[in-house]
Amino acid sequence: MTSSAAASQPLVVMENVNKHFGDLHVLQDINLSIAEKEVVVVIGPSGSGKSTLCRTINRLETYESGSITIGGEQLPQEGKELARLRADVGMVFQSFNLFSHKTILENVTLGPIKVRGIKKAEADKTGMELLDRVGVAHQAKKYPAQLSGGQQQRVAIARSLAMNPKVMLFDEPTSALDPEMINEVLEVMTSLAKSGMTMIVVTHEMGFARRAADRVVFMADGQILEQNIPEEFFNNPQSDRAKDFLGKIITH
Amino acid sequence: MLELIEQFNVLNAFWVTIKLAFFSAILALILGTIMAIFRLSPVGVLQRFGAAYVTIFRNTPLTLIILLCSLGLWGQLGFEPASRDSDTFIVDLNFRLAIIGLAVYHAAFVCEAIRSGVNTIPLGQAEASRSLGLGFLQGLREIILPQAFRGAITPLGNVLIALIKNTTVAVAIGVTEAAYALRNMMEFRPDVFLLNFLVIAIGFVILTLPTGLFISWASQKWVVRR
Repeated sequence: MTSSAAASQPLVVMENVNKHFGDLHVLQDINLSIAEKEVVVVIGPSGSGKSTLCRTINRLETYESGSITIGGEQLPQEGKELARLRADVGMVFQSFNLFSHKTILENVTLGPIKVRGIKKAEADKTGMELLDRVGVAHQAKKYPAQLSGGQQQRVAIARSLAMNPKVMLFDEPTSALDPEMINEVLEVMTSLAKSGMTMIVVTHEMGFARRAADRVVFMADGQILEQNIPEEFFNNPQSDRAKDFLGKIITH
Repeated sequence: MLELIEQFNVLNAFWVTIKLAFFSAILALILGTIMAIFRLSPVGVLQRFGAAYVTIFRNTPLTLIILLCSLGLWGQLGFEPASRDSDTFIVDLNFRLAIIGLAVYHAAFVCEAIRSGVNTIPLGQAEASRSLGLGFLQGLREIILPQAFRGAITPLGNVLIALIKNTTVAVAIGVTEAAYALRNMMEFRPDVFLLNFLVIAIGFVILTLPTGLFISWASQKWVVRR
C-alpha cells in the first residue's frame, strides 16, 4: 500500500507552514506531503496542533508563512477561488455540524445543488445512494437533532462524499461520540479508506490507525516529530515524546 | 363607548395604524436584514456602515426622525413620495413619510435582533457551509439567515410590538391614525377623558396581544432543534 502510494503524485503538499495563536507557535515549519489515495493518520497529545494542521488544509484556519498546494494548485486566500477549492476538499468535524434546519437528505444534497449546480432529482438520487452506503437511508426525512451522534457523523461523511472530493479531512470525527457509536463511524471510514479515498485523519483511535492508515504522523508542540508506517510507529517509536505518548495510552 | 368610536372614526383611525405598522414593519425587516448582512460581512467598510447606522438611528428619538422625514426629507430636500395631482396628496405624503421614518428607526432594532439570532448559531454551521464550497452570500442565504430568523423570532416580535405602539408618533406630522383620533376626542369630548384613553388603549391591546401570542407560538413552532 505504502509503496504504491509513494509512487503516485503528491496531492496535498504543505511546505514550511507556520502559524501562531497569539504567543503560541501552534504550527512550526510543517512539511507534509500526502500522496493520492494515501490515508494519513495524525496523532498526538491535546494542543499539539494536529486539528489546526487539518483545518489549514481547507483554510478554515489561516497560516502566516509557508505554502499549501492541493493537486499542484496553491491554496487561494479567499473569494470564489477558495470556495471552488474547498468544494473539492471534504471535511468532517468533531461536532458533526450538520445543518440543523435542513433534513438529512437536504444536508447531503445542498452542496451538489448549490455549488455544483446539479439538478435536484439527480442530487436526491445520489444523496439517497450515499445515505444508503453509510447506513442511514431510512432516516432521510428526519432532522439532525432526531439522530444519534453516530448516525449524524455518518451523514456528515455522506455530505462530504456527495461533493466527490479529491481528499477528505477528518478532524477528530469520533471524539464527541459515545463509545458504542465510535465503531459504526470507524467502519464507514475504514471502507472509505479501502475504496481508495485520500484521507487525512486526526484521531485518538489507535485501532483505526493500525488498521486503515498507510502512514502515521505524530505531532507534539506544533511540530511533526515522527512519521512512519503504523506497524513501525506503534512497535518501534523513535522519539521520546512518541514513546511517552504511546506508553500513556497503551497502559490505559 | 360605541358612540365615541363612531363619532371620531376610531375604526378608520386604527385601520390607518394597522397599515402604518404593516408597511413599516416590512420595510424595517428588509432594511434591518440588509444592515445585519453588512455587519456580518467580511468587508470592513460595510461593517462600519452597519454599525454606524444602528448607533445613529437607535439613539435618535423617533419623534425627531419622523419630523425630520417631513421637515427635512420633504420640506428641505424636496423628496416627495406622493403625487400632487392626487386628491389625497397631503394624506398620502404624510402617511408615506411616516412609514419611512418608522422603518428607518426600527430597522436598527431589527438589525440587532437578527444579530442576536445569528449568535444562537454554532460557529460550526458556518464552517460546514464554507467547507462545502458555499460562498459568503450563499452560506448566508442557505444556512445562516434561515436559522438566525428562527432564533430571533422573539426579539423580532418585540420590535414588531414596539413598532405597532410607536406608530402613534406619526400624529406629529398629521397622519390620521389612532393617536390623531385620541387628540380629537380629547379636544371635543374632554368630559369623558378617561373613556377616551380607554378606547384607544383597548384598541392597541387588541392589536398587540394577539401579536404577542402569535410570536410565542411561532418561536416554539419554528425553533431550530440542535
